[in-house]
Amino acid sequence: MRIGNGPGTALADHPPLLPLRHTRPREANGPVRVAGASAAVSLRLYRRYMNLSLSPEEWTAVRLTLEVAARAVGFGLPLAVLTAWVLTRTRFPGRPVLNALVHLPLVLPPVVTGWLLLVLFGVRGPLGALLQHWFGIRLVFTTAGAALACAVMTFPIMVRSIRLSLEAVDPRLEQAARTLGAGRLDRLFSVTLPLASPGILVGAIVAYATCLGEFGAVITFAANIPGETQTLPLAIYAALQVPGGEDKAAQLSLVSLCLALVGLLLSEWFGKRLNRMLGR
Amino acid sequence: MTLAIALRHQFPTTAVDMAFEVPSPGVTVLFGPSGSGKSTVINAAAGLLRPDRCRIAVDDQVLADTDAGIWLPPEKRHVGLVFQDSRLFPHMSVETNLRFGLRRSGGGPIPFDSVIDLLGIGALLRRRPHTLSGGERQRVAIGRALLAQPRLLLMDEPLASLDAARKAEIMPFLTRLKTSLKLPILYVTHSLEEVAHLADSLVLIEAGRVAAHGPAPNVAARADLLLGQRDDAGGIVPCTVESHDSQRLLTSLHGGGTSFLVPLMDAPLGAPCRIRIPAREVILASLPPQGISLHNIITCRVRQTAPDPAGQTAMVELALPDGALLSRVTADAVGRLALRPGTPVLALIKSTSIEILRE
Repeated sequence: MRIGNGPGTALADHPPLLPLRHTRPREANGPVRVAGASAAVSLRLYRRYMNLSLSPEEWTAVRLTLEVAARAVGFGLPLAVLTAWVLTRTRFPGRPVLNALVHLPLVLPPVVTGWLLLVLFGVRGPLGALLQHWFGIRLVFTTAGAALACAVMTFPIMVRSIRLSLEAVDPRLEQAARTLGAGRLDRLFSVTLPLASPGILVGAIVAYATCLGEFGAVITFAANIPGETQTLPLAIYAALQVPGGEDKAAQLSLVSLCLALVGLLLSEWFGKRLNRMLGR
Repeated sequence: MTLAIALRHQFPTTAVDMAFEVPSPGVTVLFGPSGSGKSTVINAAAGLLRPDRCRIAVDDQVLADTDAGIWLPPEKRHVGLVFQDSRLFPHMSVETNLRFGLRRSGGGPIPFDSVIDLLGIGALLRRRPHTLSGGERQRVAIGRALLAQPRLLLMDEPLASLDAARKAEIMPFLTRLKTSLKLPILYVTHSLEEVAHLADSLVLIEAGRVAAHGPAPNVAARADLLLGQRDDAGGIVPCTVESHDSQRLLTSLHGGGTSFLVPLMDAPLGAPCRIRIPAREVILASLPPQGISLHNIITCRVRQTAPDPAGQTAMVELALPDGALLSRVTADAVGRLALRPGTPVLALIKSTSIEILRE
């Protein structure tokens, strides 16, 4: 059976996630032969891990990863802002429940989150059936589905970051805006959100970087389909499952590492810059 | 036209119950110790605090009347509020801050350029709030509140967070604002200096109640009230410049139904000003002294005497033909001169002890 097989024709059937053969011949041309020539070893290690010339399929995985993360953050962020605002500025009976629901993906095993998404958004699931029926949208085993899984997984990260920055907004400034004639929505967009922007932006960047590495929920809900749902971590996993795939896995891991690092540095830099603009 | 405020509110540990009506336009100073309920009045007038019962009306506009079920939210009140801590928006330039309320008010009688000139903030427009000094920040905050075209301006201890030098820097702007804008202004402070400079009307607040209210010169000189018992108490007399004597280097000011001689002033005849005469600078005499350096020997009548709690000194309230002065004397002097309500006395005041406050 191939890795990254497409979904079966029967939609309820889950496509294969794992290759059946787990035993791999280890290091067919292992490093024993070049023992002694340390320079040669270094060169080989260098070539092996620092070689960034990716194959077209690997580039597809990288591009797909970036796209999935962008869609996840793009759709998740406005909702996260709204949720964070509701959690900080309103008091209603169901608030603790909403709070718990939002944070659930943070503590739940990702596989369980993925499975819950399958139950809800599967073609016969309560939400999935509606989406299919009304809009002809199918989420399971699609790129959009991978983005949904990523969005759900990173939602708590965004909400937490935005909530912290919303709580840090001085309510006295909102009061001042009020006496100057700004209504509720007006205040939100002219004062509250701009002042919370460092937290919103940092939350979005960290969530984006986390999306790049989302694995469990994506593979459970969207499966591991090259060119469609096979993001970097899934591709790395798949590479490790075939004999001789270590080099590929190493390359992809390196790409992953770089992207994560860039993401974190960007969030730091943007956060600092925005705070400076706000005079903090 | 008047500004009428009546409110009653029960806080967990204290109660506020006050009502007063003052002329509008004009500056009404709310004066009282901290925690006496001054800020409650301001917040209720701005709509930020909803008292149990209240009625607030500016001229003919009713902003709140809980009995009639009227409660305009702050954003609909057109009431400007200047906070002690300026509260400029840190993510906006000074100009955007200034235009915040202006844009939402849809324009009005107070133009942008004249406010900029009035407050001298033209050079700051491109700056960010965190680069401004405390005094500059407060001037911008005043401008922002004015440009929202308020029908009532509230100022909650606008100078309290500034040092003496910054206060002195802003005071001329405030007096200009007072004379050039025909606005009712409610001004909270516990600085007598600000009262002397700005107050047209004075509302004295003690423990959630109005102890006295009325024209500032009358209330400030009440010896039986908190304000008149302070060490720095003094009489305030509105005056006009009567004549200049360039030979003797003296100016005569007419006010309170009498005249005061002060060192020569550079002001046109008829110009309005205020004088403040500290109580500790006023000497009382029953007979006119001879061969004395001071110029002002003013005939007046004792209205009342109020001994201090220790009984060593007393505050004497003196009635002028049209005004009042305060004099702090020893209890011994009260006895020797037999100062009782109605006693005629002479108030002796050095020209150099009279503080002249320009309008």
